[in-house]
Amino acid sequence: MSLIVRRIRNGTVIDHIKAGEALRVLEILDPDLLMEKVVAVVMNVKSKKMGRKDIVKVEEVELTPEQVNKIALISPRATINIIRNYQVAEKRYVKVPDRVDGIIRCNNPTCITNHPKESIRSVFLRVSEDPLIFRCYYCGSEMKREEIAKQLSR
Amino acid sequence: MISIEDVSRKELEDLFLLADEMRGRRTDDLKGKIMASAFFEPSTRTRLSFESAMKRLGGEVIGFSSSEGTSIDKGESFSDTIRMLDRYSDVIVIRHRYEGAARRAAEVAEVPVINAGDGRGNHPTQAMLDLYTIWRKFGCIDGLTIGILGDLRYGRAANSFICGVSKYKVRLKLISPPPLRIRHEVRSKIGIDFEETFDLEKVLPELDVLYVTRIQKERFSDPSEYEKVKESYRITSSTLMKAKKDLVVMHPLPRVGEIDVSVDVTKHALYFDQAANGVPVRMALLKVIFGVV
Repeated sequence: MSLIVRRIRNGTVIDHIKAGEALRVLEILDPDLLMEKVVAVVMNVKSKKMGRKDIVKVEEVELTPEQVNKIALISPRATINIIRNYQVAEKRYVKVPDRVDGIIRCNNPTCITNHPKESIRSVFLRVSEDPLIFRCYYCGSEMKREEIAKQLSR
Repeated sequence: MISIEDVSRKELEDLFLLADEMRGRRTDDLKGKIMASAFFEPSTRTRLSFESAMKRLGGEVIGFSSSEGTSIDKGESFSDTIRMLDRYSDVIVIRHRYEGAARRAAEVAEVPVINAGDGRGNHPTQAMLDLYTIWRKFGCIDGLTIGILGDLRYGRAANSFICGVSKYKVRLKLISPPPLRIRHEVRSKIGIDFEETFDLEKVLPELDVLYVTRIQKERFSDPSEYEKVKESYRITSSTLMKAKKDLVVMHPLPRVGEIDVSVDVTKHALYFDQAANGVPVRMALLKVIFGVV
């Protein structure tokens, strides 16, 4: 098998991203990653498990659990490989969290978290994993995976 | 007290018994206690019945009935306003246009917070008095056939009543124009089977209770959507000709034409008694919250 992108010495490989979602995954990560680090994006490669998949490689960065959780919101089957000295030092499977604080903004314009004079960190609780649905802790509005992905990639 | 979902059936029934004890009474149970009545949105029945309840229990009331004249008009945040009320009172009763406002207030305040209506979200004490009214009338709630007519999409009273009544073994008929059917998040909370229809004539003969609601004009973001559904139903004394003789008609009020005044003089009309029940039910709730039962 030929390598499309070279191996990285240290950093993170985000594998098994749903085909076509790699750019969204990058967008929801810290924007500084894109500015300062070497980032490789491979899209629509063949996968035994998924048919087609995307892969993202970020050099010199090990993703935090919070960043991993963010990825779970839009690509719940992704796997995270932490690379140290060209070896997979750690494999982290993304897990859709039970609760998400401060990442998703409630779609309901009259939710108290969207009140113009308030500064409230949003809280969403998971209602179901498949299909992925979260409910706003404050107003009870529900958001599906597609709505979350759309919002996070803005 | 943020949502009727947080209250068990047993707690509701204990509340009903206590409300029965409170009817027509004045006590000193809450002497020395202060209730902050924080109504950021208009209210007649809820605000005044809470205030009446607190005064009948010997307590005192401070507060406001709109944000005009408060520091909110000067730009103060909702949370800061609640922090002040928290320090001035022993319980906060709050109504607000934004959904989740009461839940936020409960996070910010150390004293108990009672949700008196948050946007299209919840109105738990309305559901309590609605259920109490049915319980008093029929002696039980299980086994009844209950129809809920009107704006089930934006009406918080309807939402809380649906969640409350679904704690019982009732046959539930949700009667509304298609654009005003219940929201998905409310639908997923109903733990019993229910029928959705807009054919009132068909289901009316089966009903023991017809709970009518107003179309919530103020919650439509698109006025043209309101125009499509306004005046889409109206109950008159003639409408009720085919109803059971013991059918009761309820309404959280205010009504703006959904129930014709001709119904007021029929034996079906229960909505004014229903509104009056707000006082003993809220007295009972305040006693429970302060632990003086």
